[in-house]
Amino acid sequence: MKRLTWIVPTLYIIFLMLPIYWLVNMSFKTTNEILGTFSLWPQNFTFDNYIKIFTDRTWYQGYINSLSYVFMNTVISVTAALPAAYAFSRYKFLGDKHLFFWLLTNRMAPPAVFALPFFQLYSASGLFDTHLAVALAHCLFNIPLAVWILEGFMSGVPRELDETAYVDGYSFWRFFIKIFLPSIAAGIGVAAFFCFMFSWVELLLAKTLTSVDAKPIAATMTRTASTAGYELGLLSAAGTLTIIPGAFVIYFVRNYIAKGFAMGRV
Amino acid sequence: MAEVRLQQIRHSYNPDAGEKTEYALEKIDQVWEDGGAYALLGPSGCGKSTLLNIVSGLLQPTEGKVLFDNNDVTSRTPDQRNIAQIFQFPVVYDTMTVYDNLAFPLRNRKMGNAEIEERVKTVAEMLDLTASLNQRASGLTADGKQKISLGRGLVRSDVNIMMFDEPLTVIDPHLKWQLRTKLKKLHRQVGFTMVYVTHDQTEALTFAEKVAVMYEGEVVQFGTPEELFLKPNHTFVGHFIGSPGMNFLPCELDGGFPVFNGNRIKISAPVSQPETTKKMELGVRPEFVKIDANGFPVNINRIDDVGRYKIVKVENSGHYFNVYVPEELEIPSENMHVSFDPENTHIYCDGWLHDKKESS
Amino acid sequence: MIARVTNQKAWFMVLPVILLVAFNAVIPLMTVVNYSVQETFGNNVFFWEGFRWYEEVLNSERFHASMLRQIIFTSIILLIEIPLGIAIAMTMPRKGLGATLCLVLMSLPLLIPWNVVGAMWNIFALPEIGLLGHVVNSMGIDYNFTQQPISAWITIIAMDVWHWTSLVVLLSYAGLSAIPEAFYHAAQIDTATKWQIFRYIQLPKIKHVLTIAILLRFMDSFMIYTEPFVLTGGGPGNSTTFLSTDLVKIALGQFDLGPAAAMSLIYFLIVLLLCWVFYTLMMRNEEQ
Repeated sequence: MKRLTWIVPTLYIIFLMLPIYWLVNMSFKTTNEILGTFSLWPQNFTFDNYIKIFTDRTWYQGYINSLSYVFMNTVISVTAALPAAYAFSRYKFLGDKHLFFWLLTNRMAPPAVFALPFFQLYSASGLFDTHLAVALAHCLFNIPLAVWILEGFMSGVPRELDETAYVDGYSFWRFFIKIFLPSIAAGIGVAAFFCFMFSWVELLLAKTLTSVDAKPIAATMTRTASTAGYELGLLSAAGTLTIIPGAFVIYFVRNYIAKGFAMGRV
Repeated sequence: MAEVRLQQIRHSYNPDAGEKTEYALEKIDQVWEDGGAYALLGPSGCGKSTLLNIVSGLLQPTEGKVLFDNNDVTSRTPDQRNIAQIFQFPVVYDTMTVYDNLAFPLRNRKMGNAEIEERVKTVAEMLDLTASLNQRASGLTADGKQKISLGRGLVRSDVNIMMFDEPLTVIDPHLKWQLRTKLKKLHRQVGFTMVYVTHDQTEALTFAEKVAVMYEGEVVQFGTPEELFLKPNHTFVGHFIGSPGMNFLPCELDGGFPVFNGNRIKISAPVSQPETTKKMELGVRPEFVKIDANGFPVNINRIDDVGRYKIVKVENSGHYFNVYVPEELEIPSENMHVSFDPENTHIYCDGWLHDKKESS
Repeated sequence: MIARVTNQKAWFMVLPVILLVAFNAVIPLMTVVNYSVQETFGNNVFFWEGFRWYEEVLNSERFHASMLRQIIFTSIILLIEIPLGIAIAMTMPRKGLGATLCLVLMSLPLLIPWNVVGAMWNIFALPEIGLLGHVVNSMGIDYNFTQQPISAWITIIAMDVWHWTSLVVLLSYAGLSAIPEAFYHAAQIDTATKWQIFRYIQLPKIKHVLTIAILLRFMDSFMIYTEPFVLTGGGPGNSTTFLSTDLVKIALGQFDLGPAAAMSLIYFLIVLLLCWVFYTLMMRNEEQ
């Protein structure tokens, strides 16, 4: 009985890989071949779909846009969250518990509720169709998450460390940057990972707040699906490319994945 | 209860490394008598937990045999060996009551309810847990939970040996003493063979009748607390036991007597010249160093006043050692001389006690 | 550890966070509340409507239908993903290359943009072209998720299980890894069965992570929009139109500001209420 337990994770992983394999399979076929024959691997292997994406500005710009605002959001979220998390972890102040809870409720907000209001708000602020708009919009749910994660990690660092630094003559900011941050490096990594993840995958708000200049790759893809009517090969290639940044990030944090979930809050 | 024999145990966590195999346990040969109280004492990494897990069956030794009452149990799993083990931190089934926790092993062994109740109540009484029997186990303090762990071992009548792996680690200091005394009392009441693993010499020396001191995978001495104190087999035992530990000074042999820095030191009987020695030392505990005007001169380096006695750190020819001076005695401000008690001065060759007498 | 110090200056440290979140939360919400009690015929002219929109929404068949579909969907999701996630976490290797490989591969679905997930499954499940569609149909089963509501439901559920079970796995895995070996040793010595070990050691010890997993899955499945929208567009008909899909249709599609706003608030309040219930249950569990 013990011998066979490896079957469960194996079957699950196969299940996970099937749609991805199919997507990659299609990305190397022409749309004609896809519609014409059914085959487990490309009969006429072609790079055409990928070439189109790498050379057509409307396509590759989408990736650049997406990566830009995701990066911006991660930086903004984590940077703003750090002092706040520190405050929650170390200090008692008027309304602190309520503030924390209010922050968490924003993570529970249905994006659909905010689609229209955001559209109006960001248009009115003149930020419509900018990377900054999406980066800021995603702060709504990423900042609470970052604060939550960081506060958990920070609480694991004894206050004695802070006290010792002050006694040793460090000013607050010098202590914070040179001593404190390195001690929660793993926490910063986990928070950044989750900010990246939620911002990278989110579509509704990203699409609502952009039209041409800051259009994310997701929007380009959905537009293609509806207007040009099923350029399946191209879509598959575009989709496959979106998996790559995620795969990279996972690879880099692979040693922290389980630990990251475990530490801090969990 | 059973007699436990360990024969030629060697263990490596990496047995396929060929030449470079590192052994966590070098060569263990031990006999623990039925109903005895023993301790495995040693610093972190010396192999004591490994040895414990081999006895309990959680680990299979690379070489050697484990025998309970002359039955070879080496290949048996823990549940087949009828052992009880208490771990470093409390292991309780949080969702069950204290009663159910204690009854758990008995229920799994299909014992009748009436019998279970009797045994659980008896053990609860022994451990002062009767009041909390119906409480949820998760609500108890650390020492309460350890008592539950202890109780689960005591409820069973078929326990061959009961093993403790640093059980007082998470207990508050002022409760440690209480639990320690309780353990000793329990041993007298129940009569199981008990083995207590620790790195704390006080725990080991107060609990056990005989202590096995372990160092780097070997048992360097197996003896009563007195033996360990008065006649350490190995310099490590001398260092580890006693506070401060034994003094060691380099020496040479002249006519069977040690000579330190030109001073002849008296010992109870002359020893033979050892075959090949890289390092020869004489060892003497601070308690057996006397201020003696007829001794050899030393310079005072430091005096630590501990209250009822003082520890004086002295120096001669670049070597430092400690002298235990009772409160009443005066320490000369200059020209201090010391001598060693001949009965309790020993010679060590390459770390091991050398007391082979001169063959006539 | 030294207790927290009272320091009102801490407000400066939380200021950036408050500004950023409030900008995104307070202003839009105020806008929504505003719209929800007014009527407009364009040109920025508004008329007070009171609670009319709320009544309309709460009484509308359409809302009830979406709500019902949403509840059924979320329930099925939770019933599948939670036990499945725990089971997988329990059978995964604990350390070594196998463990890392498993974790990396299992995390992959979590980092794929949601529209790609929908598109991927769309292509995967198409009757002739997709691997799944082709295989199922060639086994004699008539399967077409673009035309049959049941097939659409099954496909959406399969997609969500594919997408999110790994989250439950990762959380459970972390929880299980935190259980010290000594517990398993003690259980072995107590001759406990595998089921007893699960019930008395593993399950209690992962209660905390499990509650978080259930909370997250509940919330996110209740708010789901992109994946089902890309996969089925809410169809065939509106058989797979859940709450968010419906809301976006009304808000961004029809620009019915009033009803959309009212529905938004009702929706938000329901989510908050359910989360609050969960959160309280979780905290109560902790105290025990």
